[in-house]
Amino acid sequence: MILIGERINAGFKDIARAIREHDPQPVVKWAKKQAACGADYLDVNIGAASRDPADMAWLVEVVQGAVPTPISVDSNRPEVIRAGLEALDGRAAIVNSTTADDDKLEAIVPLAAEAGAGIIGVAMDARGSPQDVARRVENGAKIFMACVEAGIPPEMIFLDPVLMPIRFMQEQATKVLEAIREYTLLSDPPPHISVGLSNICSQTRERSLIARTFLVMAMAMGLDAAICNVLDDELLDAAATAELILNREIYSDGYLKAFRMRRGGG
Amino acid sequence: MAIEVPDVRESFSQAIYTVTLGATPQEGGTRERTVTVGGERALPFHHFDGEIPHPPVVAMEVWDIPPQDWPPVVRTPFQDVLDDPGRWAAKCVEEYGADLICLRLVGCDPNGANRSPEEAVQAVRRVLEAVKVPLIIWGCGAPDKDNDVFPAVAEAAQGENCLLGTITEDNYKTLTALATAYGHKVIAESPVDINIAKQVNILAMDAGFPLEGLVMYPSTAALGYGLEYVYTIMERTRIAGLRGDKLMAMPMLVDVGREAWGVKEARAPKEEQPQWGDERVRGPFWEAATAYTYLLAGADILIMRHPEAVRATKLTIGKLMGEGA
Repeated sequence: MILIGERINAGFKDIARAIREHDPQPVVKWAKKQAACGADYLDVNIGAASRDPADMAWLVEVVQGAVPTPISVDSNRPEVIRAGLEALDGRAAIVNSTTADDDKLEAIVPLAAEAGAGIIGVAMDARGSPQDVARRVENGAKIFMACVEAGIPPEMIFLDPVLMPIRFMQEQATKVLEAIREYTLLSDPPPHISVGLSNICSQTRERSLIARTFLVMAMAMGLDAAICNVLDDELLDAAATAELILNREIYSDGYLKAFRMRRGGG
Repeated sequence: MAIEVPDVRESFSQAIYTVTLGATPQEGGTRERTVTVGGERALPFHHFDGEIPHPPVVAMEVWDIPPQDWPPVVRTPFQDVLDDPGRWAAKCVEEYGADLICLRLVGCDPNGANRSPEEAVQAVRRVLEAVKVPLIIWGCGAPDKDNDVFPAVAEAAQGENCLLGTITEDNYKTLTALATAYGHKVIAESPVDINIAKQVNILAMDAGFPLEGLVMYPSTAALGYGLEYVYTIMERTRIAGLRGDKLMAMPMLVDVGREAWGVKEARAPKEEQPQWGDERVRGPFWEAATAYTYLLAGADILIMRHPEAVRATKLTIGKLMGEGA
């Protein structure tokens, strides 16, 4: 399971302030915390806190100074993504993200290809978020083909079927699960399949429970990556247990410890 | 027209850990040579798939007291040295080409001779002086007694980088601490159970012992007595290790001699079982056949008894490693 730490995002007030004031301290703190939990990538996002690509470069540099973890450069604006990729110190990275729109594919996919980075393709288009399985599959396949044509190997492509809040769009979750299964049939080996896990539990009381329950259901369908709260111990325990049940890991009584040890976490 | 054959070679993401036993004077010990096992990036002898830098090795078994239950066929070659672990070990190395000596402290067994830690140390010192190959030191198997004996033994062999055994799911703290303190490696034992095998490794790691200092002992069964259960566990362990499971990527050890010479097919004299043929041929063959099978399962260290079985096994290892090819 590839876990991408979600916390260095301007959607959080402390990170937004840190970006505006160029205060590295909160960024360093969350980078270290998430790395200690075994995050495979750290997502970095300047969001609405800034429109200046230089701020993305600053954010990437601060994270790189704090931990050796690979980075997920998170923006929908090509110039911000470019600034983030150019600030990399040679470590592995993924671009988060492109959509299925032609103008996005043309602008963002080559950036990832040139940088040797992976890429997340979110199965949205100009019409908005997909409401059914067919649109998710159509957009996912389109992104996948564009990335392969640009020279990005399948094992560096992540497809995101667009997870919706359960509170407002309850009927969408099963459609996401079906789309995940369809994505596994796109190629052999299949691309990675990732979701923004915290979307599903937005504005709910049982955030952690809803997130981890969906995670294990989605893993059963073929999900193998998630942008999520890696500090949620119960979420990591559920992911570790799902990997066992999917027979990806040999059982031992200490498998929870083994799961964390394998990803360098404590 | 040439037919194109698809490339079906397998490549694995992780090499088995490399474990070196013994230490030369430059390294703080008194051994003339060290023995290195592991490091392979392929299934056993699949040289076409990946590198296999170190051949499996044979350790010959020496006891601290004369063994009473060894049948005549396997006693006879050592008849003149069974009461002296030093001379016994020297014979194994000089006459029979043992890569290592496995000194088994059977005499410490509280239900047997119940020898003291000091007597165990004497036996260890005798063997260290008599031979210059690395040592495996194996306790009597009674956990409390082993925990009494090993502090003195580990200290007496300080710096010699021995392989000490065994730790189990229920008894791992003393030996891992001693091995860390006195510079030794450790055998991680499990009862023909891959899940417990992994758990023992996790416990050792949790106790602060490096995974690279472990050799896995998945238990051993003789040919005809459940060998195939151990085989499949070793095979699954090795595949998991090669595919990236850091908790399963250790070299593996099998205790062939003890198991093979415990079964009637190896022991029974011809007078009792005329249709089975001469036990002087049959016994060593039973041990060698058991050893060959474990070589194919991924064994890196084989502990053996009979000189003929050792000779045949070492010859087979050489052939499988491509020597003379």
